[in-house]
Amino acid sequence: MSSVKEPTDVTPKPKGRFSRRGFMRGVSVGSGALGTGLLPREVLAAPAAALAGPGPVPVTLTVNGKDHKLSLEPRVTLLDALRNHLDYTGAKRVCDRGTCGACTVLLDGKAVYACNILAIDAQGKNIQTIEGLAAGPQPDPLIRAFVNNDGLQCGFCTPGLVMAAKAFLAENPNPTPEQVRRGFGGNLCRCGSYNGIRRAILEAAKPAQGGQNA
Amino acid sequence: MPEYSWPAPEKRRIMGRRTNRIDGFVKASGRAKYAYDIKRPGMLYGAIVTCPYAHARIRSIDTSAAEKMKGVAAVHIFDGSAPGTEVQWAGFEIVAVAAESEELARDAARAVKVDYEVLPHFVREADLTKAAAYSKPAAEQITGDPDQAFKEADVISEGLYGTPVVCHLTWEAHGQVIEWKGDQLEYWPTTQALSSIGPELAKALAIPPANVHVMQDHMGIGYGSKFSPDRWGIACAKIAKQTGRPVKLFLPRDVEQQIAGNRPSHFAQIRLAAKKDGTITGWESRSWSTGGTTGGGMPPIPYVYTNIPNQRKNHTAVRVNAAPQRAWRAPNHPQACYLTCCAIDDLAAKLGMDPLEVFKKNADYTARPEVYRWQLDKAAELIGWKKLWHLRGDKTPGRIKRGLGVAVNTWGGAGHLSNCRCNIHPDGTVELELGSQDLGTGTRTVIAMVAAETLGLPLGAVRVKIGDNRYPFSGTSGGSTTVGGVSSSTRKATVNALEKLFERVAPKLGTTPDQLEAANGQIQVKGNPKKALAWKAACKLLGSEKISEMGQNDPKNPMGLNTGNVGGVQMADVSVDTETGIIRMNRLVVVQDCGLIINPKTAESQCYGAAHLSICAALYEERIMDEITGRMLNPNIEFYKVAGNPDIGEIIVHLDIRPEHDKRGVIGLGEPPVIAGIAAIGNAVTNAIGVRIPFVPMTPDKVLGALERRSA
Repeated sequence: MSSVKEPTDVTPKPKGRFSRRGFMRGVSVGSGALGTGLLPREVLAAPAAALAGPGPVPVTLTVNGKDHKLSLEPRVTLLDALRNHLDYTGAKRVCDRGTCGACTVLLDGKAVYACNILAIDAQGKNIQTIEGLAAGPQPDPLIRAFVNNDGLQCGFCTPGLVMAAKAFLAENPNPTPEQVRRGFGGNLCRCGSYNGIRRAILEAAKPAQGGQNA
Repeated sequence: MPEYSWPAPEKRRIMGRRTNRIDGFVKASGRAKYAYDIKRPGMLYGAIVTCPYAHARIRSIDTSAAEKMKGVAAVHIFDGSAPGTEVQWAGFEIVAVAAESEELARDAARAVKVDYEVLPHFVREADLTKAAAYSKPAAEQITGDPDQAFKEADVISEGLYGTPVVCHLTWEAHGQVIEWKGDQLEYWPTTQALSSIGPELAKALAIPPANVHVMQDHMGIGYGSKFSPDRWGIACAKIAKQTGRPVKLFLPRDVEQQIAGNRPSHFAQIRLAAKKDGTITGWESRSWSTGGTTGGGMPPIPYVYTNIPNQRKNHTAVRVNAAPQRAWRAPNHPQACYLTCCAIDDLAAKLGMDPLEVFKKNADYTARPEVYRWQLDKAAELIGWKKLWHLRGDKTPGRIKRGLGVAVNTWGGAGHLSNCRCNIHPDGTVELELGSQDLGTGTRTVIAMVAAETLGLPLGAVRVKIGDNRYPFSGTSGGSTTVGGVSSSTRKATVNALEKLFERVAPKLGTTPDQLEAANGQIQVKGNPKKALAWKAACKLLGSEKISEMGQNDPKNPMGLNTGNVGGVQMADVSVDTETGIIRMNRLVVVQDCGLIINPKTAESQCYGAAHLSICAALYEERIMDEITGRMLNPNIEFYKVAGNPDIGEIIVHLDIRPEHDKRGVIGLGEPPVIAGIAAIGNAVTNAIGVRIPFVPMTPDKVLGALERRSA
């Protein structure tokens, strides 16, 4: 079963269409349990996988545009495949059950919790990790924005947050401060760097203004 | 004796500037390697078997099935977990296994069979009347004449208050990677005690301390729970020795939350005696707390208002079958603050007074009355207290009720013992070496800033080398002692190194060393930038020999570079939905004095983070124990709730950096701002809905329950 993060679109739904998540967001309950609900249509839409395992099976993962051939037990999560079987350690294991977002990567452009997806189910998809965002001479402006705004302290949740922010900005290229404050709730930061995180997302949304050390 | 004192504020070029943390990019780009990310060639993965019972005796341990499993390299019974052992809490470590993959290690752990004799347990201490058999009252403490004070009081207020056990919940779980190279041990822990954890592990393994090499570039939160190698560190080392291979053993989240650190609960029934004008004349408290099997000590109450006359204090330690407490950012202060500041707020309500006035009126009972009065006014100004505060119970129509609350804090925070070595190489390279650690507080960055300031160099010209115990000893990061310690030792080491450089440069410039200064990337004659040698040219005079000078911060004689004791005030603005019971944070104002600020940017981040933790504790966090099974019901992050971005409202930080604070030197800022928020939020909720919710977290069920009691 795969879990997909809440859509980051915070525009109001058409009237008359009841949305459980919309309701939850509306009442603004602590995001611990409710900010990260499953998206039923995604679960229902998941294809029926052929039986594999229990022993290791060949798995090909496309990470940041590069194919990696691995031999993995079918139960290995995408997160553990990235961290233990490859060396993509930017995605972190914190809750290990789809709550905190520290393991966030992009799967075909969509932010997902890598701890809640099996590696075998991520085959044939474009897996983007923080290492991909940071590679090359021009790292993604979000990374610089997080640094400029001190949107991190211990940094353990940060790679996941940057990836979630990437997906958030893809869906909301010009968010208002209020949209960032209320709509960006799928990742938890134990150090409490949310002030800087909010500013970082707003800064990265306006690359023309550039980052500054202020 | 060289002049070590800090440059005057107007002369600082780097210190005091808002500066990006120097390890920010490596962290935000995912390149930072934490202990949890370490992978060594041939490394085995560990898993542990823990006791599912809160109280039991181990009858037998059968590891035979696990040992036979494919891919399993070792099955190790923890020292102190042999059959016959009486286990006092669920989550206690029994067996560790190591295997070729994490998945196989977990399979092997499941195949270990442990037979227990289950014994009676006690895990819920909030109701003291049910805890008699597990309680140990302490001797009564009396100052003055409390009986007389309460007899003569114009007003007596009384209330019940409590804060439950919460977990450290470090984002990077506890654990380590260990690899033996002959009799040398390579150790990658996640620790707040880089320089002292090695000797501790060495002692447990009966090897020389010098044989343990500790490395840690980054760590994912400690909050006071990561000082020791712990039993899992010792087991990991033993398995690595036994197998001859590197071993990685980290606690899974549920075990982490059960055993790897918690903050003790504190509850109290408190009475205050006062005059009509709001002057407090007496204090009585009956408090109780637990920190696990040893119970919990009395919190420092009355908090901040320590000199309230005529006190009677009774405390009961309650023992529960749960893992022992660990230091938690500002140990016992948030709880003591909650008990005291809520009691004062209730007194103000009973008097029909504005609590702000009562807090100010009684400030002479604190160690720093002027500081608190100024900060109370400052916080009031920032939150709009005069305009928004109302008598208890928001009388405006509608289901949403808004309220304000206030609380105060104090902390020490003087620098710890720290040694720094400053190397200046002939090519101009500067290195600062300290056996310290950066918890995410910005330690690396402040070291670089102090060094660059002293040497007259840009920030990027100095290299900070921490996170390795081969560097000079620096203290543990606990109690807000790091910034004072490392900034002072770095200042001294760089001043000392510069003196050496001056000795080389002086003849070249035809002057004496005492006439030189370092500024703008050169060594120059004081006040004469034209008579100078560029930094690199100056260093070239060293020939083939580098300068290597030490600096030490001696906590007994900090020489004015750092000091302790701060005050702070926090005010909360909340809205409560009286139909759903949901509390929404509007704003939390943090006013804090903290001495000389080296990096305002990271200092503010400390305050933001601390305020966030207060919101977590006030509204969400609680270790929930099941009376029947004796287990923690929420050892995970979906039911052990913490605040997310949408939950925290707006946090407004005001660092009180007036000149009288700056001249006190550097003071730690980790603990002070984490203390007062819970009480401020509690008082704000009470102000909004007109009734006290005694125990945090103030979850919707408690809010609705309190509203129902008010209506009844």
